[in-house]
Amino acid sequence: MAVEGLQCKECGTAYPLDARYVCEECFGPLEVVYDHSGLEPAETRRKIQAGSHSIWRYADFLPFEGGPPPTRTALEPGLTPLVKADRLAERIGLGELWVKNDAANPTHSFKDRVVGVAVAKARELGFQTLACASTGNLANAVAAHAAAAGLDSYVFVPSDLEEQKLLATGVYGTRLVGVKGTYDEVNRLCTELADARPWAFANVNLRPYYSEGSKTVAYEIAEQLGWSVPDRVVCPIASGSLFTRIGRGFEEWIELGLIEGTLPAFSGAQAEGCGPVAEAYGQGWEICKPVRPDTIAKSLAIGDPADGPYALELARRTGGEVEAVTDDEIRDGIRLLAETTGIFTETAGGVTVATLRKLAESGRIDRSERVVAVITGEGLKTLDATREGFEMAEIEPSVPAFEAEAEVAPATAA
Amino acid sequence: MAVTVKIPAQLRAVTGGEGEVAVEGGTVGEALDAVFDEHEELRARITEDGTLRRFVNVYVAGEDIRFQDGLDTQISDGDEVTILPAVAGG
Repeated sequence: MAVEGLQCKECGTAYPLDARYVCEECFGPLEVVYDHSGLEPAETRRKIQAGSHSIWRYADFLPFEGGPPPTRTALEPGLTPLVKADRLAERIGLGELWVKNDAANPTHSFKDRVVGVAVAKARELGFQTLACASTGNLANAVAAHAAAAGLDSYVFVPSDLEEQKLLATGVYGTRLVGVKGTYDEVNRLCTELADARPWAFANVNLRPYYSEGSKTVAYEIAEQLGWSVPDRVVCPIASGSLFTRIGRGFEEWIELGLIEGTLPAFSGAQAEGCGPVAEAYGQGWEICKPVRPDTIAKSLAIGDPADGPYALELARRTGGEVEAVTDDEIRDGIRLLAETTGIFTETAGGVTVATLRKLAESGRIDRSERVVAVITGEGLKTLDATREGFEMAEIEPSVPAFEAEAEVAPATAA
Repeated sequence: MAVTVKIPAQLRAVTGGEGEVAVEGGTVGEALDAVFDEHEELRARITEDGTLRRFVNVYVAGEDIRFQDGLDTQISDGDEVTILPAVAGG
């Protein structure tokens, strides 16, 4: 049995594997600890390769006792494409660039990974109701996975969320609650509610389990690169949970000998309109100063990031950084990715691509590096960000009209 | 000022199960000190060297005190001061 218990990340106090997330001694976050003694790397790699086409192939590294959870839902997260992005690399002056396209998950964002784990854990612990505080993608995933698992659900979001994300949540029959306030206020409300309701809040009382799902991004990247480690990972930061858990995933496998090499440099991407981690990085602080978000990247609009200190620590320890980009750079980033790879991402992906571009063009990423950019969600969820930047030619249905008004002259041979 | 300090579930083992403590104080710091006078064990759990531990959030009437004057934030009669873990969300 690999999973051992929960442990405080700050003071090391041990707790049983139940619905809890905070240390009663020091208020630090709890995380899952495993015992992987006796693990044989070659055999483990073979077992993974023979496993299911989803995150459950990594079940030995997820917080379930005795293999994949027996009560999985029909929505199988993971094994999303890792695409070599040569044209994007060329445009921004990089040598080797890969895009991990996590928009290709059942509800079109990386949140299916964490919610897949949270739902299975909620059922294992006997909960009837799933809940979450969300900036949108988690809302979609919780509503869908609860429906698939036959659980009731409550989804709390800021009421000014993108319409696409509200619609793609409400359709599943969840109890959708729009809170008049910022995400951080939604989160505070849910932290209070979790105290007194017998619900499984994916990112509150189940957060230690939930966040483990994000490690599978690292496992997939490593496996898809032929059991090797990239030189750098560029990844968006909202709470910092995805960013730090991808780091943990690589670290775990390096320690266990499943992959060889050193931890990649971790480059964090934020929006200038909500960049508390980027600001703390720039100022040399160890903790973040909370901000009031004002950015089109609503899925990253967390002004008080729970894993901020750990995200800073990971970026510094690995020779990475945390950078922030403007809303215009985010819109350009969405278009740049779409034009060069065929992948249409939401604003968070725009933040990642814009940050990648900024780091590449300022020479902070070397051409010799093998870089992976993590694209976390789907462009159809944030359509407003793409309304400008192109024109539709509107013509009469005739060949002359097309030739006169819409046809682009063919490129002449050099 | 008479205020109510709300204690999160994770700390109620120390308050004998009490979820609310009624105290007097002019600032958040004074109100918390008054709570610590009643429940000394709480002090070490949520503060370190006289400041709040980094994973502790405190709100006055729902507003994060880091957007105000921290522990020096003024409180009014009847305010609710809420202590919550900062490690949720995202």
